[in-house]
Amino acid sequence: MNKTSTAASCQRISRPAELALHAVFIVFSLACILPVLLIVAISLSNEKLLTLKGYKFWPDELDASAYRYLFSHSATLVRAYGVTLTVTCIGTALAVLLIALYAYPVYRKDFPFKRAFNIYLLVTMLFSGGLVPFYLLYINYLNLRDSLVALILPGLTNAFYIFIARTFFQQTIPEEMIESGKLDGASEWRIFFQLVLPISLPVLATIGLFTTLMYWNDWFNSLLFINDTDKFSLQYVMIQMIRQAEFFKNQLAGSGVALMVQQSVPTESLRMAMVVVSIGPILFVYPFFQKYFTKGLTVGAIKG
Amino acid sequence: MLNPSHANEEAKSAPERPARPRSRIARLFGNIVQYRALLLMLLPTAIVFFVNCYIPMFGVFIAFKKINYIDGILGSPWAGLDNFRFLFATSDAWRVTVNTIAYNAAFIVSGLILSVGVAIAVNEVRAKLASRIYQTVMIMPNFLSMVVVSYIVYAFLHPEYGFLVKYVLPLFGQNSVNAYMHPQAWPYILWLTKMWHSVGIGSVIYLAAITGISEELYEAATMDGAGKWRQITGITIPLLTPVMVILTILNLGGIFRSDFGLFYHVTLDSGALRSTTDVIDTYVYRGLIQLNDLGMSSAANFYQSVVGFFLVIGANSLARRLNRDTALF
Repeated sequence: MNKTSTAASCQRISRPAELALHAVFIVFSLACILPVLLIVAISLSNEKLLTLKGYKFWPDELDASAYRYLFSHSATLVRAYGVTLTVTCIGTALAVLLIALYAYPVYRKDFPFKRAFNIYLLVTMLFSGGLVPFYLLYINYLNLRDSLVALILPGLTNAFYIFIARTFFQQTIPEEMIESGKLDGASEWRIFFQLVLPISLPVLATIGLFTTLMYWNDWFNSLLFINDTDKFSLQYVMIQMIRQAEFFKNQLAGSGVALMVQQSVPTESLRMAMVVVSIGPILFVYPFFQKYFTKGLTVGAIKG
Repeated sequence: MLNPSHANEEAKSAPERPARPRSRIARLFGNIVQYRALLLMLLPTAIVFFVNCYIPMFGVFIAFKKINYIDGILGSPWAGLDNFRFLFATSDAWRVTVNTIAYNAAFIVSGLILSVGVAIAVNEVRAKLASRIYQTVMIMPNFLSMVVVSYIVYAFLHPEYGFLVKYVLPLFGQNSVNAYMHPQAWPYILWLTKMWHSVGIGSVIYLAAITGISEELYEAATMDGAGKWRQITGITIPLLTPVMVILTILNLGGIFRSDFGLFYHVTLDSGALRSTTDVIDTYVYRGLIQLNDLGMSSAANFYQSVVGFFLVIGANSLARRLNRDTALF
């Protein structure tokens, strides 16, 4: 925040302490990253050598055949990517819009129902009806089995992001600006779309990125609501693949599960290649996350 | 246009203003008309919240029904406490409760200590580039879904090919261990997995709070001859306390809810591990989806929601007793 002086450096930790600190963090960083590299290494390993020598961090022989196989027998993969992409794009766009539309009124100091609507949100953060009524509502009353809506709708309610957006508004948009907009005769909607939204792009981008990630990584709603193999998301296909391997091991040759990826019986490297392919896009957007990280997230923000 | 139930809520909780000649109701309607644009803006979101969050809250009462699909959920007869009697007659209820609380308590306490520790430590790393690299790398695990995490754990523990099984355990004279058959190992495995997944991101929140602390405080402390350790215990930690308390309240309120993915995917839903890995969420899920036992799962669900409710209230009043400002509500 205030970089008035090099105050932090006026009291430095000693040299050995600093080296120790670096050592700790290097170990910690390796612990974070190596397990992921293990997956990459397995996906690039020769299948025969894998079954002989097990999973290693250093493939004896680089072999991209798992990826070749994955992309040549790609029907399942492409379909799953399609489902995940559709859900992620529509879900994120809707979620960001809904968050902004709620955060703006509760930010407005003159809005008389501000407190009520804040409480309305807070309650949802603290209490939950749990899985059973939620599931029954979606299946029996909204009839969302095997519908992509069931993958999108649950992700649209995140009170935490609304509080973050509201706090951002409070910190960056002066009330006077809204007032002058009103004096110029602009409607509330015009003020929102033409004054407020452009200024709040940074926070909306941050929330959008998190929402993207949330939809991309979601498997829970597929687990609950999706039976139709055409609507399996990436994460759900991966769940099937790891379970299926266990099925084979126990000679239970899974019934409906096995049919789906029948022609691509998941071998060791292939499954890991699938995982790598599913996390690829995350690593791609990762630098964008970095940029916003230390700024956007102030948690004390929840209190009105 | 406006949902009347919302209007009622507002009437109840709208802030008290000095009495004006108009009645409350007239004022309310005046406000609704005057602020109709803003109300319209938040209406769609409010409806989605109503569907996703509020209807299920009232839905917990199906635990008192004996559901049959002919009469439908609302038409099914009431069953009194039958579902609960069945639930608590088994040893399951006790087992999943103990597991849930023990895991979450361990996660909350160690997560708090490790996240704050890492945040304070990374803040002391002077080299900007190194600090950035550490932060970038240590939040990375949180970006992986629990499904991916389950593959990673599997890569280490695979009964034949796993890295730990094949290369590390033999060093200790142990060959071919199928971890997925050994329940006693899983508290450690799950704890480690959870910390790996969440400590980095947890520390970022505290780091943001630390960078918000005024440099002048540290300067003044330095002038007074306070060492680094003294500054951390005397300035950083006290100023982080409100954030710590709020997050801990939220976590305590959720102590009856588990990271379902962790307990379901990472264990590969292995039946042999149930004694140490079954938590309320996996129990409810299994009852609902796999066993189709609505009575049992809705009773467990009710138990989870209601106890969770009292835990939130309890944690908050505790926080308020400690310090008025740190309570959530």
